[in-house]
Amino acid sequence: MRWACILFPQLALDAVLRSREDLTRPLVMLSGTPQRRVLQAVNPAAREMGLRAGQTLSAARALSDDFDSVEYAPEQITHWHRFLAAWAYQYSSHVSLDYPRALLLEIETSLELFGPWPDFEARLRCELLALGFRHRIAVAPNALAARVLVNVGDGLVINEAQLSGCLKDLPVSRSGFTPEVASALAGMGLRRLQQVLALPRDSLAKRFPRTMLDHLDKLQGLHPVALDCYLPPDHFAGRVEFNFDVEAIASLLFPLRRLTADLAVFLAGRDCGVQRFVLWLEHRDGEATQVPVGLLSAEREAGMLFELARGRLEAVQLRAPVLAFALRAQELPRFVPAAGELFVERPQQSLAWEQLRERLRARLGDDAVHSIALRADHRPEHAWSSVPATGKQLLSKLPRPGWLLSEPQPLDDLFPRILCGPERIESGWWDGDDVRRDYYLIETRDGRRAWAFHPTGNSGSLWIHGWFA
Amino acid sequence: MGSVVALDSLLQDRRVWRGRQDVPPARAQSTGHAQLDAALPSGGWQAAALNEILLPAIGSGELQLLWPTLARLSAAGERVVLVGPPAIPFPPAWLTAQVTLPRLSIIQASGREALWAAEQCLRSGSCGAVLCWPERADDRALRRLQVAAETGDTLAFALRPQREAVNSSPAALRLMLELRPRQLRILKCRGGLTPSTPLILDH
Repeated sequence: MRWACILFPQLALDAVLRSREDLTRPLVMLSGTPQRRVLQAVNPAAREMGLRAGQTLSAARALSDDFDSVEYAPEQITHWHRFLAAWAYQYSSHVSLDYPRALLLEIETSLELFGPWPDFEARLRCELLALGFRHRIAVAPNALAARVLVNVGDGLVINEAQLSGCLKDLPVSRSGFTPEVASALAGMGLRRLQQVLALPRDSLAKRFPRTMLDHLDKLQGLHPVALDCYLPPDHFAGRVEFNFDVEAIASLLFPLRRLTADLAVFLAGRDCGVQRFVLWLEHRDGEATQVPVGLLSAEREAGMLFELARGRLEAVQLRAPVLAFALRAQELPRFVPAAGELFVERPQQSLAWEQLRERLRARLGDDAVHSIALRADHRPEHAWSSVPATGKQLLSKLPRPGWLLSEPQPLDDLFPRILCGPERIESGWWDGDDVRRDYYLIETRDGRRAWAFHPTGNSGSLWIHGWFA
Repeated sequence: MGSVVALDSLLQDRRVWRGRQDVPPARAQSTGHAQLDAALPSGGWQAAALNEILLPAIGSGELQLLWPTLARLSAAGERVVLVGPPAIPFPPAWLTAQVTLPRLSIIQASGREALWAAEQCLRSGSCGAVLCWPERADDRALRRLQVAAETGDTLAFALRPQREAVNSSPAALRLMLELRPRQLRILKCRGGLTPSTPLILDH
């Protein structure tokens, strides 16, 4: 087994930064009690102003007043940690969330598909950069070693033979011991892990808790490390909060692009598509405005999801300023990629039919695009349906018009030439839409051929029901 | 009397216009009617262009004219889109004409929305044929359709009322259906002379 550890040193800050458009604006994250507010993290622009993590808010305010502040929320970190696990799930069947702010991926089995490792690593880094998360990656034969090695360097790749040599040089303070153990070891004058490993086991067992020896054994790969398997959830929820009132739909497009991209990443990790999702526009008071976005088939391409959601969103009239913006998807059906042709006749084909159809539906309405199929019914108005038919259907040899009028029209010709008929259609007594008509094939004065009827027993004026075009 | 000039050199100088421009060989889009194919210079519909059909009214034989083409395209797996048809395409008749119904899509739209939808379909290049019924389309709207058909390399049909025959049109091919007698007139065809005699299609 080979394990890759991806550490996110600035997870909370990156999660906030990626939802902001203007990255040059100084931003700090605040934590601590209301009496003593402390800067938890600062972005590079804020660091240039002299702000540092660990400063109190009053000290920071003394330096400058021109920065934005965001509350440091531990539940947000959990949310993004899980989101990144969902992303990583597309690359490995065993993703673990056991260590905070870090993901552990079993990669031995993934290398067949995504390897060799340098390519795989470049792909991971490229996608993480696009998602907006800074990271460090290390690879080691066991999970704990990977987690510890990522503390000391980025891009380390260690195999079994190199592991013991590499562990020897590790500083004790970075070896993943609990703080008490680490300070006790430092007090004993031990700086490198090599010195700890050289000590007799029984004396170490007397002086330190049992977990410390376990830790050493797991680090060297002598004992297996038990890790939980991450399982992606069956739904997706993403939310962006604004610290100002949003009054124009245009300002929602940037967060919308992020949310749909996150949804696409989640769907790719879970290997499914989305057929329906809802955009929630949360206001200060009252119910949130919901904008449902429906698709005819499951899709997961980020650009397409964005375009469709944008089409629906731009049609919305805001009744109040928006404070937060969320995207929720409950139904995630299987994704079946469209089968493409190997030899495409039209090379410049720019837009697939599925995308075109969704674009048309977004503007013209959900029911605007439909297909047509035959239904086994004698009544003309019931003999067709707008949903595709399944199975094979029998076709009669009687003449039928190419165009059927949705509403029959009265024939204004007093003496039409009857070419064929009558043909009696009498059906539907069981569903309340009883039809008793005699149909004729007639030729009108101007030479067109129509399919006309009069109700049985009432041989008065004829009604045109279709045209033989 | 001037000096004698060899015919070959005159032609090579390209100073003599020979009356017939070189037509780029278009992909054959047979209409399915042998007579009509023979009368048209491209041997069928103008592929990747707008083909205009003028009708006295709905039901003047436009489907008899188009069905063979639609059946051929849909059987080949191409998508056929009807944008704002004037009535419901009645499946029994369309199936008798051997149109593959699952490849047929209908877009309910009218007016400007219909023109927009038709243009989107043409431009996308994912459809085999796009049929539209522009109610009041000006020269500009038709030109947009023509350009979209060229861009997307798609066969486009515009079915319009007969009274539009007097107005000029950017369409590459214009046909007019007449009812009494049932015949077909070619008003304009790109790349050749228009036959003066009407055609009678046998159904």
